[in-house]
Amino acid sequence: MTMRTEPVVVNVGPHHPSTHGVFRMKLTFDGENILDAEPVIGYLHRGTEKLAEERQYTQVITLTDRLDYVASMTNNQAYVLSCERLVGIEPPERGKYLRVIAAELQRIASHLIGVGFFLQELGVFGGTALMYAFRERERILDMFEMLCGARITLSYMRIGGVLQDAPEEFWPALRSFLNDMPGYADELQALVFDSEIVRSRAIGVAPVSAEDAIAASFTGPILRASGVEWDWRKAAPYDVYDRVEFDVPTCEGGDNYDRFWVRMLEVRQSLRIIEQCCEQIEPGPVRTTMAMLFRPPPGESYVPIEAPKGELGFYLVSDGTIAPYRCHVRSPSFMSLTLFREMLVGWKLADAIVTLGSLDFNMGEVDR
Amino acid sequence: MGETLAGNVIYRNVYEFVQDLLGEEWSWVAYAAAGMAIILLVTNAVMLIGTLYTWFERRLLGRFQGRLGPNRAGPFGVLQPIADAIKLISKEDIIALGADRIVFTLAPVVMLAPTLLVLAVIPFGAGSWVADLNVAVLYIAAVSGISTIAVMMAGYASPNSFSLFGSMRAVAMLVSYEVPLVMALLGVTVLAQSMSLVSIVEAQALPFLLVTPLGALIFLAAVSAELNRAPFDVTEAESELVAGYMTEYSGMKYGVFMLAEFTNTVVAGAIFAVLFLQGWKWPILPSHVWFLLKVAGFVFVAIWVRATLPRYRLDQILAVAWKYLFPLSLINVLLLAAEVIVWPEPGAAELGIMSAINWAVTIPAAVLWSKVVSLRTAPPVAAAFSTEGR
Repeated sequence: MTMRTEPVVVNVGPHHPSTHGVFRMKLTFDGENILDAEPVIGYLHRGTEKLAEERQYTQVITLTDRLDYVASMTNNQAYVLSCERLVGIEPPERGKYLRVIAAELQRIASHLIGVGFFLQELGVFGGTALMYAFRERERILDMFEMLCGARITLSYMRIGGVLQDAPEEFWPALRSFLNDMPGYADELQALVFDSEIVRSRAIGVAPVSAEDAIAASFTGPILRASGVEWDWRKAAPYDVYDRVEFDVPTCEGGDNYDRFWVRMLEVRQSLRIIEQCCEQIEPGPVRTTMAMLFRPPPGESYVPIEAPKGELGFYLVSDGTIAPYRCHVRSPSFMSLTLFREMLVGWKLADAIVTLGSLDFNMGEVDR
Repeated sequence: MGETLAGNVIYRNVYEFVQDLLGEEWSWVAYAAAGMAIILLVTNAVMLIGTLYTWFERRLLGRFQGRLGPNRAGPFGVLQPIADAIKLISKEDIIALGADRIVFTLAPVVMLAPTLLVLAVIPFGAGSWVADLNVAVLYIAAVSGISTIAVMMAGYASPNSFSLFGSMRAVAMLVSYEVPLVMALLGVTVLAQSMSLVSIVEAQALPFLLVTPLGALIFLAAVSAELNRAPFDVTEAESELVAGYMTEYSGMKYGVFMLAEFTNTVVAGAIFAVLFLQGWKWPILPSHVWFLLKVAGFVFVAIWVRATLPRYRLDQILAVAWKYLFPLSLINVLLLAAEVIVWPEPGAAELGIMSAINWAVTIPAAVLWSKVVSLRTAPPVAAAFSTEGR
């Protein structure tokens, strides 16, 4: 006997514990199985791109903080790099190194949040791993506070360098963090990635093939999890990435487990980069002196960088005035949602939540 | 029932007071009043422990997660549950539009009832129990099943898909886990040759935890599922279903659900202590203190597991019940039954031999069986990809 069942449409979000901000999924269920999935975005739209056109070039930096608010540093970096190409200036060496150190710290912080939420989404009460991840992230935020006084909305990077040189207490803090972090990563790995329940829940779930990932414009960890070795830090090195050695970790399966695992591997590479930067950095100015109010020559620029979540770039068009004529943000989170339906359909509700977490998108960046 | 209570001071005093007041012919009123006094004492004491347990759990979870936990209300935050209760009581009691009002309101009550009913048969210490029922194990199995209905009522009455999801999951899960739970209880019954909890405690010359480790393990797993605790807490799965069947509840109705849930854990600890840890027995300390300590031990393990393990998916949970726990519980019961035929009146020495056999057979069996049963995710069936109606 077959029972007649009726599909049910459930709105998961915009207010839901696991939607990473205000994201809404219209899921059609047959029992626990997802028949159809539709993402609904726009709940966090603030018109950042339009606002940028109304402001001077320097003022836009604060707007970029609010895009991917768990990785403000790399947003700053993408914007100032694009601006610098537009104006045609080069920051001093020490400024570049400080940028890379800050950006890699930001990558660790962002990946910690992504990996921490993994266990939260798999259902540990209160997210033990999340708390552990936050403990480490807290130290990074403390270091950011030393650099620029802010913890989340940083605005540390400036056109032509960084805001200021790192204070004396920054370097011992960084050193002790570099010493401790590998141990923390091992701890997190033992708690999360070696757990049999986690493995049985995540391995083989919602896999994305390399072809699909490329076709869907996936970038960053979620592309590398599918086995594509692509990293803007290697492909078109900016700042000082051409002077440091690091690997681009990839995985094979492209499933939920790999998407998190590749982040864990990247954290260790980031530590390597910071380590080398600390050795290479030399005293000097951190910022070229230039006018706050400047008029770049008419033209356009786009510098893609490897943000924690993937390729982030600001497409800037100048018409020779003090404000950008057009500012477009190519955000990795928005592109992560392209395969939303294909990834979720056929899996169960519990899988959908973890899959969503594995994309590690940020609504601030999706809606802009 | 009266005889077991005769030694109880409160019972006797209330009985005599009422009888003196009303006269000899009203002795049935005195009998009822004294019984009520005891019931009042037991239920309130256990519910108080249940509320205190919320503080214990939050404190301990805080420790596990590298944070402080509640520490503002009273010393070490002990008064936090009271502050929470005041807050819940003073909140507006909302019944959502479109809810089945009667069922919606009744559900929390039905949820709490089985918890309190189970208390009737639990021996809390030497000579202190409300009733020494000769079918107590059966009674526990039967009464604890009522909570399934409560979850179903809550989910059905709420006009919310998440509630419905939660209750459907709960029913699928609880029905499955009744089977290994009852089989685990059966193992203990066979061993003690009695269904009375008092006799079971007295039969434990050795703790049954040592004699039948697999039975204890199955009981722990099944009871975690019955209690919706990690790693089987899919019914309330906060990251998926917001709060499961409790999503639409607020105010004290929600409070009663939470109270039932926490008290349930304490009661489960009490049952575990009685069945597997020699109940109130153990030397030096008073029997009630030992009992409380054993319950606290169970509760500690439960919180520890909750802070560490992620949850299974529903299909994996059902697979654990039917493919893993059920066959193993059959092996367990068969082995125990055979042993009881060989040693009909087991004393400490015989229990020791049984223990050696059980450890040697059942634990390797469990480990081997876990290698056979795979919970790894299979890719979804092609039919599920149908795009019909899009």
